[in-house]
Amino acid sequence: MPVIPLAALFFAAFVLPLAALVLVSLFRDPQFSGLSLAQYLRFLSDPFSLKVLSDTLWLGAEVALATLILAYPLALVYVASGPFMRTLITFLIMLPLLTSTVVRTFAWIVILGRDGIVNSAMLSLGLWQAPARLLYSWEGMVLALTQIQLPLMALPVINSLLRLDGNLTRAAEGLGASRARIFMTVILPLTLPGAIAGWLLVFAAAATAFITQTLVGGGRIILMPSYIYQQAVGVQDWPFSAALSLIFTLAVTGIVFAIGALSRRFVRGVDAA
Amino acid sequence: MQRSLVDRIYSAVVGTITGFGMLLLLGPTLVVLIISFTGGITLKFPPPSWSLRWYVELLQSQEIVEPALTSLKVAAAATILSAVLGGAAALGLARSKLKMARFLDALFMSPMVLPAMAFGLSLLLVFNLLGIRLSAATLVLGHTIICVPFVIRMVGASVQQLNPVLITCSLSLGASRWYTFRRVTLPLIRRGIVASCFVAFLTSFDNVPVSLFLADARTEVLPIKLWAILEGSLDVRVAAVSGVIVLLTLAGLVCAEIFGGVSRQIGSR
Repeated sequence: MPVIPLAALFFAAFVLPLAALVLVSLFRDPQFSGLSLAQYLRFLSDPFSLKVLSDTLWLGAEVALATLILAYPLALVYVASGPFMRTLITFLIMLPLLTSTVVRTFAWIVILGRDGIVNSAMLSLGLWQAPARLLYSWEGMVLALTQIQLPLMALPVINSLLRLDGNLTRAAEGLGASRARIFMTVILPLTLPGAIAGWLLVFAAAATAFITQTLVGGGRIILMPSYIYQQAVGVQDWPFSAALSLIFTLAVTGIVFAIGALSRRFVRGVDAA
Repeated sequence: MQRSLVDRIYSAVVGTITGFGMLLLLGPTLVVLIISFTGGITLKFPPPSWSLRWYVELLQSQEIVEPALTSLKVAAAATILSAVLGGAAALGLARSKLKMARFLDALFMSPMVLPAMAFGLSLLLVFNLLGIRLSAATLVLGHTIICVPFVIRMVGASVQQLNPVLITCSLSLGASRWYTFRRVTLPLIRRGIVASCFVAFLTSFDNVPVSLFLADARTEVLPIKLWAILEGSLDVRVAAVSGVIVLLTLAGLVCAEIFGGVSRQIGSR
């Protein structure tokens, strides 16, 4: 069986470490003095930790919604246009997908910084009196992540629009529906699976985007990835950081699976109707 | 009359958002390329003057060139390992209808679902508990696991499209299994292999969450180094590194497109 080498590697370097992560999270203190659920209780009774988790999940949801709003028009134009425009849009979508995360994040530091594009444009136009603080802000972070994760949303939305039966939109058009109405009542419901798939991808990616969160969000915005890093490497509190990673993993994958399951039920409902 | 007004508003909204979206996709990469040629000492945009000084400075910065070389080596090793082991597994899993095969497929794909920070931390913990010293080898191990899902998916898709009759033919005509693999199977799944190697290499080269925990002082990798630089100060040398990375990625994309049709592979994911 050619599968055995990889299976062995995964056991040693994936299953075993995750088992160790669970085990370590069950120790009472960093000295490993006894087993208990202390770390989880500590998390659940600490308002700061709970706020960090809810902020992180909220960030993912916000960014995913922003990419969704951008992706649909992009996909509609893609589907309606000829080969040249399609190639151009594909290239534009692939470009950020293939450029290193640090590079993409660095671009936003240049754009949002004190002497950055936005500030110098606004100042020279006389719209702002003093440079605004865009870098190290929540809004700046959402904007940067929206651009960085947009390809993850655009690809599934384009794919599901391509699979949409053109006769349906033509029928709606022939029956006199406006284009906005066709979008709301025909295109959107039928491409919802692609949108949900993209939403989940972006949600998970944005919530776990350590580099962009720390560099564009700055040190004052603490989110789960930097919290885990700080507890593990800075404070060296392994049991707590292990519990944090497991809680974070469960929260993100739990939301992804729950919404995935709900949407599957929803899609079946659409099929039956 | 009213309908055409609604349609016009709709088209205007769609067009505006699309224009903004395309600008948003292209803009930042262009900005990085432009700022890397600045003659100034800050990230002021537009640059006050033009020069290649930051590229020259970059070549002289041993503390950046060294991690860049480490990153290239680690990415190459992780790509080869994940392509060989993952490719073999994908071939084995594709034609199997056993329950075990579906379980293993899910296992090999799971690094994609798991937040990589948790995986990075778990590797650090297990190496520490077992008394294994961190090195380039432990880093390669972690990266390989992260790269495997791409190989499984892309090579797996190629194998699915492979007509099994061709292999039966080759075997019944007296070719050995090895000869059949080399001359029939491999050429037919080449596109999937090239595409997955390309993506695996980029994934490893760009990886932060695993490297963050596993890179020690001697095996510093480029993304972590750049992150550390940018956390401390807004260093213009990072613009030059970014310029190099963008150009190399574009060159790599052209090569991979020629040999493997990568965009179709990624687009259909």
